Amino acid sequence: MNRLIKYSLLGSMLLTHIVDAKNIAIVGAKVHTMSSQGTIDNATVLIKNGKIQSVMHGETALSGYEVIDAKGKVVTPGLIGASTSLGLVDVGFSAGTNDSNSSLTSISKTGAAFDVSYAINPESSLMAIARIEGVTSAATSMVRTGQLFNGQGALISLGDIIDPVIQARAFISTRLGNNGADTVGGSRSVIWVTLEKALAEAKFAMGQSLTPIDEWHGELSRADIAALIPVVKGEIPILVDARRAADIRQVIALKQRQPQLNIVITYATEGWRVATELADSNIPVILDPEANLPFGFDQLGSTLKNAGRLASAGVKVSIGIETHNIRLARQHAGNAVANGLSWDQGLAALTINVAKLYGIDDKLGSLEFGKIADVVIWSGDPLEITEAAELVLISGEKIDMHSRQSKLRDRYLKLQTDKPMQYVRP
Amino acid sequence: MKILSENRQLFKLAAVAGLLTLLGCSDSGEGAIKELAFKINQNPFPSTYKPIASKSILITNATVLDGIGGVFNDTSVLLQDGKIVAIGNDLSAPDESVIVDAKGKWVTPGIIDVHSHLGVYPAPGGTAHSDGNEATNPVTAEVWAEHSIWPQDAGFQRALSGGVTVMQILPGSANLVGGRGVTVKNLPGVTVQDMKFPDAPYGMKMACGENPKRVYGKKGGPSTRMGNVAGYRQAWADAQNYQRTWDKYYADHEAGKKDVKVPKRDLKLETLALALKGEILVHMHCYRADDMGTMLDVMKEFNYKIAAFHHAVESYKIAEQLAQANVCSAMWADWWGFKLEAYDGIQENIPMVHAAKACAIVHSDSDLGIQRLNQEAAKAWAKGRRAGIDISQADAWQWLSANPAKSLGIFEQTGSLEKGKNADVVIWTADPFSTYAQAEHVYLDGALIYDRNDPASWPVSDFELGQPGEGDSK
Repeated sequence: MNRLIKYSLLGSMLLTHIVDAKNIAIVGAKVHTMSSQGTIDNATVLIKNGKIQSVMHGETALSGYEVIDAKGKVVTPGLIGASTSLGLVDVGFSAGTNDSNSSLTSISKTGAAFDVSYAINPESSLMAIARIEGVTSAATSMVRTGQLFNGQGALISLGDIIDPVIQARAFISTRLGNNGADTVGGSRSVIWVTLEKALAEAKFAMGQSLTPIDEWHGELSRADIAALIPVVKGEIPILVDARRAADIRQVIALKQRQPQLNIVITYATEGWRVATELADSNIPVILDPEANLPFGFDQLGSTLKNAGRLASAGVKVSIGIETHNIRLARQHAGNAVANGLSWDQGLAALTINVAKLYGIDDKLGSLEFGKIADVVIWSGDPLEITEAAELVLISGEKIDMHSRQSKLRDRYLKLQTDKPMQYVRP
Repeated sequence: MKILSENRQLFKLAAVAGLLTLLGCSDSGEGAIKELAFKINQNPFPSTYKPIASKSILITNATVLDGIGGVFNDTSVLLQDGKIVAIGNDLSAPDESVIVDAKGKWVTPGIIDVHSHLGVYPAPGGTAHSDGNEATNPVTAEVWAEHSIWPQDAGFQRALSGGVTVMQILPGSANLVGGRGVTVKNLPGVTVQDMKFPDAPYGMKMACGENPKRVYGKKGGPSTRMGNVAGYRQAWADAQNYQRTWDKYYADHEAGKKDVKVPKRDLKLETLALALKGEILVHMHCYRADDMGTMLDVMKEFNYKIAAFHHAVESYKIAEQLAQANVCSAMWADWWGFKLEAYDGIQENIPMVHAAKACAIVHSDSDLGIQRLNQEAAKAWAKGRRAGIDISQADAWQWLSANPAKSLGIFEQTGSLEKGKNADVVIWTADPFSTYAQAEHVYLDGALIYDRNDPASWPVSDFELGQPGEGDSK
């Protein structure tokens, strides 16, 4: 719990950047609050000191507020990238350092200890490219360590700020399907025993002193132990990539053996086949709902219907496994809606469900009193591909709606110039 | 088509030759008969595609995009004997026609994807199925993608439910010259010949930039972009030389010279030489504007034609040159940044290319993307409008059917809804420039080959039989 208090302090430090923020009223839009207030037509959203003050139907006295006329528009909470490597990678392939990958190192025998909160670059071009399309925060983590765990991920703001970390060491991730087995020992028989042993050692080490002069004969490094203790306590989620029904059942069984674990399943390709069990076990999922091919023998039952079937069974669905194109998560959600997910759950999968999954729904994910004012004004239905984010606020501040992509566009929109293009500043 | 006519010629020659042999046996007179020149069979793997028989189909009350810029409200389309017979109002259909009321729905030409690896990189993946790159030599013009295609790739059915009726399947981009691509109809068969688009010209895959130099950098080269270009030029020069050898053989033979030897066939140079002649269409993977600029000059140097640059994420920087050179750009809506040569990808690329009056194509290169090419076009169209490039939906549909058909040399047969063309048609549940629209009916050569509302009729690949989710809505 100490850890959690520390994080919220970090969160409030973040807010010091926006104390000067103007008070803003967004007026006239259809607002999807994603709170118990539901959807409100012709609403007024009041933002004060970077936080949501209220959302109400109709107009109110607005002196002291900068008014943004949003008649005919749609307003939602900022989208939360559910599973990304934002801030860790610019170009992943043959282009220098990529902080979302690592090579083997002695500091960790399992990959649990690695901590991306040191690695995040808030000025990566991906940040502006994502935020101008309505993605205002994200979970970010490594994708490959060659070990059991892909390190400790962080929750970050995509605002144009110096310290984007909302919560460091916010979750840990691992892979228990084909790709996990291929990484650790070549077999599920190896990876599961490795995982069980790692969790058991962390449990054993809870409350023990593990300074350099203390004896420790476990197989995990001390750094790994420190990283895994909040996992076995259930203080932070463990994200498990599992795809076929049999793998998902193993994960459910793990949860039954260790009910304190806060387990989230990523991909869950055949989740629809065990949807009721997942719902009963209170295990949420993060989906890539467009993957509908038998890419491996652990994904034979893949279908576009997965998200809708899971949600109908009562499983909390989040959507958004992408990095460079996390802006397309809303298209993914829209396609899930076209294939049976309710529209409300489609938007929830990009906002409040993600916030709940990471335990930050006190700060983000809906538009209600006291939450960080990450707000998007859309031209229309945000799940419709032809609509767009027209204005984005992060922590109550209107962001600059440009990116290097918009600058490239503006430079080349007029191809005829007197001088070479490099002299054209858009 | 050229390939077919040459083939017919060949059959004729073979028949004549057989006759002459018989005559030769019975008549031992003086050899007044000249031996025929050796002819290469240019179609050794002929198409065995057979359209499914169908009654006439009359689609009524639809919003019709004809794929060449026309939009017609409350309109009917008549499909008969595999062809589009009429578009208009008050059409009279034969008595036994199937009437499909498409009120509130949209009708478009079938989508054509110029860049697919279905069957050559099928699902499931893994090395056993990795058949798309013959990464053993930087120039492998001698390999043909069709010899790698596994028709049981479930990706074909998935593409079908996205309204894709025709696609070009290409080798990968590991090599400077990757080999021949093949155009297929999306009616999965047991052998690839069952799917081959009759009379379609072959494509040939080439690749610029990072991939070849990465793959061969430690395998003898090329290891740089300049090495790549030297490789293309040498390959073309060798092909020119090869062609001269054959030209000389035919000329000498024609002149009646004695002891004229048939040159040794070289399958690699044969394909390259046909590409130089324009009988095989060059499709080149090329991201960066400067790489494309270089290739436009290589094209002039060796006097060949590039049908399309694929993955052309920087076409917007040189759209006017591309228009002038009459080279198409096949593009994604928004892929970017996965490698350095894709770093400058922008979402307005497709409409900017279109606005410069160059040929724009939406392509997939993906077994997932191919299922939603209408959405890719819609995203690009919408981004263009926001940037002030006002293109109608009717014009934008050219990116999905007409322009790809042109770049594949099959526009006379398909790619638009025009009288006399193949009846490759999609009925969409709604405006296809929407996330929520889905292909409801897909017709290929006038036959209904996908009906979203009739699960029992959906094709299921052999691989998916008896597996979890068999026959499920995918």
